[in-house]
Amino acid sequence: MSKIHLQIDGREVEAEEGMTILDAARSVGIHIPTLCHHEELEPYGACRICIVEIDAGGRKGLGAACVRPVDQNMVVTTRTEQIDNIRKILVEQFLAHAPESEVLLSLAKEYGADKDRFEKQSSFCILCGLCVRYCNEVEKKNAIGFYDRGSTREIKFIPEVAARECKDCKACFPLCPTSYLQAAYHLTEAMGFPPSSPCRDQKV
Amino acid sequence: MPRINSPAELEEFRKDIISKRDPDKPCIAVCTGTGCLALGAGKVVAALKEEIKKQGLDTKVVDIRETGCPGFCERGPIVVINPEEICYLQVQPDDAQEIISQTIVGKKVVERLVYIDPSNNEKIVHESDIPFYKNQMRHLIGNNIKIDPKSIEDYLAVGGYLALVKALIEQTPEQVVQLVKDSKLRGRGGAGFPAGIKWGFAAGSKEKKKYVIVNADEGDPGAFMDRALLEGNPFAVLEGLIIGAYAIGANEGYLYVRQEYPLAVENVTLAIKQVEELGLIGENILGSGFDFKITVHQGAGAFVCGEETALLASLEGKPGEPKARPPFPAVKGLFGKPTNINNVETWSNIPLILKNGPEYISSIGTENSKGTKIFSLVGKVTNTGLVEVPMGISLRDIIFTIGGGVPGGKKFKAVQTGGPSGGCIPEEHLDIKVDFDELAKVGAIMGSGGMIVMDEDTCMIDVAKYFLEFLSGESCGKCSPCREGITHMLSIMNRISEGKGREGDIELLEELAMSTKNASLCALGGSAPNPVLSTIRYFREEYESHIREKRCPAFVCKDLIAYYIDPEKCKACMICSRKCPAEAIIGAKEQIHVIDQEKCTNCGTCYEVCPPRFGAVTRLSGEPVPPPIPEKERTIVGKSD
Repeated sequence: MSKIHLQIDGREVEAEEGMTILDAARSVGIHIPTLCHHEELEPYGACRICIVEIDAGGRKGLGAACVRPVDQNMVVTTRTEQIDNIRKILVEQFLAHAPESEVLLSLAKEYGADKDRFEKQSSFCILCGLCVRYCNEVEKKNAIGFYDRGSTREIKFIPEVAARECKDCKACFPLCPTSYLQAAYHLTEAMGFPPSSPCRDQKV
Repeated sequence: MPRINSPAELEEFRKDIISKRDPDKPCIAVCTGTGCLALGAGKVVAALKEEIKKQGLDTKVVDIRETGCPGFCERGPIVVINPEEICYLQVQPDDAQEIISQTIVGKKVVERLVYIDPSNNEKIVHESDIPFYKNQMRHLIGNNIKIDPKSIEDYLAVGGYLALVKALIEQTPEQVVQLVKDSKLRGRGGAGFPAGIKWGFAAGSKEKKKYVIVNADEGDPGAFMDRALLEGNPFAVLEGLIIGAYAIGANEGYLYVRQEYPLAVENVTLAIKQVEELGLIGENILGSGFDFKITVHQGAGAFVCGEETALLASLEGKPGEPKARPPFPAVKGLFGKPTNINNVETWSNIPLILKNGPEYISSIGTENSKGTKIFSLVGKVTNTGLVEVPMGISLRDIIFTIGGGVPGGKKFKAVQTGGPSGGCIPEEHLDIKVDFDELAKVGAIMGSGGMIVMDEDTCMIDVAKYFLEFLSGESCGKCSPCREGITHMLSIMNRISEGKGREGDIELLEELAMSTKNASLCALGGSAPNPVLSTIRYFREEYESHIREKRCPAFVCKDLIAYYIDPEKCKACMICSRKCPAEAIIGAKEQIHVIDQEKCTNCGTCYEVCPPRFGAVTRLSGEPVPPPIPEKERTIVGKSD
């Protein structure tokens, strides 16, 4: 494989072809924050907290470092006023879901985010999808998935699968950046109230 | 139908079709596109057939042709009688008798069915003289009224598949790509990427397996250009696709069409069958050695699946969610193979390039936007329908000259272009040239061609809220700036329209818009804030009056308005009190009516039904409702009218 030479925050970086900007930055100790990224999982590019400024042969723009492959002579900047502003507002939006999350609070400190800026949301989940993807890609159990789309998107355990697989696994729990509550809640729901249960209709 | 093995055989077949047709034989073309069908075109066709039988005529004397949409949907069902090109509008089944006896037998025009020019009350008999059509340039939809979309013979009779012959026999794939590049055609799906350059990417790939795709996932509210093309002339779309497949080196194609377009699905599926039977899809097309097959795939109606990476995911059977680009579909597309995706209108342009040369497109339009563009002109405009115009025409010409302006004597307020993620353009910019760059400069986008006209009764907060609501349900929800950003922008817009807006809300909206626009994964999020940004840009004072004065100047936001009956003007006619669905109007004969504000739902019925000669019901916004007139003073002496 041929070597790719790029610049990150003014430093010359040598990377392998196929590496992402995030991989390349981490290889030389440059920190880019992430939430939905996980070493064992396919790059996903959903939380956008890893957004960086990219100049690829004169084409400038913002991109997610975790999914964008490195290119020859690419110039990457990991912090600018615009990037910091975006990260701040993203963290504020996440904190509307999970105001006590330690991961989020530490990001809030870094970017000056106000945890009470936006209306509190009913779900703890920030939809990073770590649980869904880990269950699918690593555990290969598919016990949890996304449900619905847009502003009503949520994660849901599939009761039939969860009842069989989750009890002895729970590998997704520690991955959750907000708290275990959401995953635990959905698991409890799925296991305690399978679709055939008479309690299911009453609990709402 | 014969299987055609060579260009000569195709020409033979075409000649045979044309020779069997008498150009002077009357042909009644009835639009049976979705719009006209909804207005009863099916019954009109049945009545015409019945009448032909009744009057002792047969198919040797007159033909009936069920065609696609010519665009003047406002006046459907549309009937055009050829060869004279007599155009009848808003035709009902009862008119069939007269059409047959007067026009077909008697060779006379049924005057009450023709278009009357509102500017001078003149009757216009011929289709092409009607101002709505006269000022268009109908390269793509012009054939719709001439052909039955269920008959490949009709398409061949108007020169169909000549372009395919030219491409396959006279040009190398590289030359075809070059022709498309030379035409300077830009993709009609929204982003406006040059089609030839896009083709070049996939064509340049060394991979053996490649795909071409028709993106017919038209999802903008109010837009139906692609539906009309697929329903009305599926053969032209297929011809463009086969040419593209040849140029790119793809042997397989997909047509991704939304399930909500049943007639388009039906017509294109039948068209594929006919083209296959003829041998223009299949193995060794026209003896050229080129093989191609195509599959129709019905999408489940997710707006985001119009985004090409989401469309690919959906085609592969995965959830319709976009993926980061690069890698672009031209490198790694469907099932990981190089793929070229263009929308319906783009593919429809391709045969024109091959048949008439690239300058046929490149000679029309502005510096960077060439050819014609179809817009679906809807909203508060007199002539609702599809209009095909040269790039560079002014918005004013589209809305006023072709569209006939705003009906009901109302004032024009704004036009929203580019679908839910487009922008609202005010009066001051009506003279800009319509092209990709000029629309972007004023904060809107070309999009796929939606154009919604709004009059003075439109509240821009309400408009922005509507589009955000649409997008909050249609965002896939994968990436957070789009999902969360839209959710929060919508909640702020809701509170503004409810009279709970706060100082700083406009700035907060702008900040949210910035992150959604810049940080989202795909173009849906990237353009989602446009309705908010463009309305703030041009109608900021409307935001301010909602926030500061709790006033909706257009009297639309229900929480900010009230209805009040002026006791001086009320004649106690009881009309409003009888019509009020909330039973909120206290009143009796000779008793001045009073609205119980507690019960009133602000539906506006009283305002609409109060006879204009009284004009007693007034709308209030941003000011307190005067106290009701005391009960003992309510009796009026005299007649209540």
